[in-house]
Amino acid sequence: MREQGAAISPQPEGWAISRQKLMKFAIQINTSPYQSNAGHSAYQFIKAALSQQHEIFRVFFYHDGVYHAFKYATPPDDELQFTAQWSELARLHQLDLVVCISAAQRRGLLHCDEAKRQGKQDNDLAEGFRISGLGQWVEATLEADRFIVFG
Amino acid sequence: MKRYLFVLRKAPHSGAYVQELLDIILTTAAFDQHVSLLLLDDAVFQLKNGQNPDCTGMKDTAAIFKALEIYDVNNIYTELESLQERGLTVDDLCLPLQTLCRRDIAGLIQDFDVVFSG
Repeated sequence: MREQGAAISPQPEGWAISRQKLMKFAIQINTSPYQSNAGHSAYQFIKAALSQQHEIFRVFFYHDGVYHAFKYATPPDDELQFTAQWSELARLHQLDLVVCISAAQRRGLLHCDEAKRQGKQDNDLAEGFRISGLGQWVEATLEADRFIVFG
Repeated sequence: MKRYLFVLRKAPHSGAYVQELLDIILTTAAFDQHVSLLLLDDAVFQLKNGQNPDCTGMKDTAAIFKALEIYDVNNIYTELESLQERGLTVDDLCLPLQTLCRRDIAGLIQDFDVVFSG
């Protein structure tokens, strides 16, 4: 994870340092799985946060982060299966994994609905992800106690 | 409503980075949030006067910064040292900015609810 890339919102009023205080997090991932470890750091952060009963309001994939959502990524068996890991995490915890539509289309990631509209035949979106717009990002940052950018 | 600070650090035409960051900035402003920008490091080149990206077929991203005013994004900050290290002054830039010293940047960032560093 690139340290400069990490942005944490300042503490809201009335927030006291307490092990019991449960947080609502919004997470953003900006880099592709093979460009940096940021996506994997986010994945591990989310697992740790969930194990301590914190809430992950939404994970937003932006810039090259959309490369996490490609269904047909087929790494060798002895490597980390990034996309499958996210799909599994979403399934286990009902995570809301949102891929930005404009960033996705630029990079050739099309859900079947959108592909049809564009006269194409793709259906690239992996299980557990959904495609939506930047309004979802704004909502996530408004709802969350903390917003953290990875990558 | 929250106060958002977008921290830009890259030069123009760094892939789709600037375009996509401007999309997120404009969307946030369109949702009536309080939006400010901070240009650090090579991002000071974003607003450099006299860019002519058309000649290489690139999009004029500086023009989009000029449109931010329409969305009530009037607070654009930069860092004096970032300008000096690149031989620039505020007169080389195409928009009026508020210039801060490096030691005052942390204080500025503390004023915001959401800090987005791209």
